[in-house]
Amino acid sequence: MIALLLRDLRLAFRAGGGFGLSLAFFLIVVVLVPFGVGPEMALLSRIAPGILWVGALLACLLSLDRIFALDFEDGSLDLLATSPLPTEGIVTVKAIAHWITTGLPLVMIAPVLGVLLGLPQQGYYWIILSLALGTPALSVIGTFGAALTVGIKRGGLLLSLLVLPLYVPTLIYGAELARRGTLGMDTTTPMLMLAGITCAVTALLPFASAAVLRINLR
Amino acid sequence: MTLRVSNLTVSRGGRTLLEGVSFDVDAGQALILRGPNGSGKTTLLRTLAGLQRSETGSIDLAEDDAVYAGHADGIKSTLSVRENLMFWARVFGTKDITRAIEIFNLGDLIDRAGGALSAGQKRRLGLARLMVTGRKFWMLDEPTVSLDQASVAQFASMIRAHLAEGGSAIMATHIDLGLGSDAQVLDLSTFRAQTPKLNASEEAFL
Repeated sequence: MIALLLRDLRLAFRAGGGFGLSLAFFLIVVVLVPFGVGPEMALLSRIAPGILWVGALLACLLSLDRIFALDFEDGSLDLLATSPLPTEGIVTVKAIAHWITTGLPLVMIAPVLGVLLGLPQQGYYWIILSLALGTPALSVIGTFGAALTVGIKRGGLLLSLLVLPLYVPTLIYGAELARRGTLGMDTTTPMLMLAGITCAVTALLPFASAAVLRINLR
Repeated sequence: MTLRVSNLTVSRGGRTLLEGVSFDVDAGQALILRGPNGSGKTTLLRTLAGLQRSETGSIDLAEDDAVYAGHADGIKSTLSVRENLMFWARVFGTKDITRAIEIFNLGDLIDRAGGALSAGQKRRLGLARLMVTGRKFWMLDEPTVSLDQASVAQFASMIRAHLAEGGSAIMATHIDLGLGSDAQVLDLSTFRAQTPKLNASEEAFL
C-alpha cells in the first residue's frame, strides 16, 4: 500500500499530474474576491474565513475526478483490483494521496492568502486548524464520489453534483470554527462537530467506496 | 489441480453469454480459449479473475495464486519502465525485476518513460509485469496483440518456461504458440448460451 501511495504522489508531482491545479485555483479565487468586493478592509476581514473555506472546498472539488479516472483509463485499476491489495486499502490510499497533494498545500498556503483578505492575526491559527481538521473529510468524501462515477465519460459534472451536498456540513462547521476563533469566541462546538465529521467519514466511507468501486469495475 | 471450473454461467451487460462452462487446468498446463469476437473470452477471464460475478457454477482456485492481464497494460506514461515494474513488484511483495527485464529485452529501455514506448514495447512491459508478480497462474487476455514475430517467439518461450516450472496459464489468443501437448484448446462457441435473456433485476440499470 505504501508502494501505491508513493506511486500516486510521484505521478502527481510529475508533469501533467495536476498537483498545482487546485493550488492555482485557490489562489485565483482568493485574489479575485477583494477586487470583486471592493477595498473595504473591515468587510473583507469579516468574510475572510468564509472565503478561504469556500475557495479551499472548490479547489478540492476540481481535482476529484482525477482520483480514479486516470487509473481506469490505462487499465491499472483492473490490475490493482486483482492484486493482493484489498479494495478498501486502495481507496484509503487514494484518499490519502489526494489529501497530501491537494488538502495539505491548501492548509499551508491559506494563512498567506489570508493576508490578501486582511484576516486578523489571531485568525491565522484558526484557519490552519480548521482546514487541517476539515480537508481530510473533503478528500475521503471526494474519493467516494470518484468511485461512484468511475468509468463515466466526462463524469466530472455528475461527481460535483453528487459530492457537493455531502461537503456542506464540513463547510458549515469549518467556516464557523475559523470565524469564531478569529473573533475570539467559544470554539468548542464547531471544533467537535468538524473533528467528528472527519473521524466518522474516514472510518466508514472507505468501505462504501470500495463496494461501489467493485460494482463499477464489473 | 490448479483451477477447476464447473458449470459456470457468464454474462455481460445483463446478457448471458456462456452456459455450462466446465474445465480443469493442471499445474504445468495451459488452456487456450478460442472463439469468435464477442463470444465471451474476455468476460470469462474477468469472471475467473474475480472482477465480475458468475451467475451460477463454481470456480476453485487457490487464493493468492493468480494474476490477471487485460487488454490494457496499466502503464503509467510519466513513470519510467523501471519505476513501472518496481511498483508492481512491490504491490505483489517481490523484489527481483532483473529476470523479467532480461527475458523481454527491456534493458535498453529501462529509463525511458512509459509514454515514450511503442505499442509493442508497452505490451512487452505488460508481460514483464507478469513475471515480477511471482504468481503461478496467469490469466492473459490477447497477450500477443501488437507484438512482432520475434517478441511472439520470446513470449512463447517464456510461457513454456513458466509451464516447465510448474506454473499454469489460461489465455485468449488466436495465435498458435507451439506449446505442443502442454496446451489444451477450448472452443467457447460450444458453450454459447441458448437463450440470451435479460436478468430482470439488472435490466433496470441498462
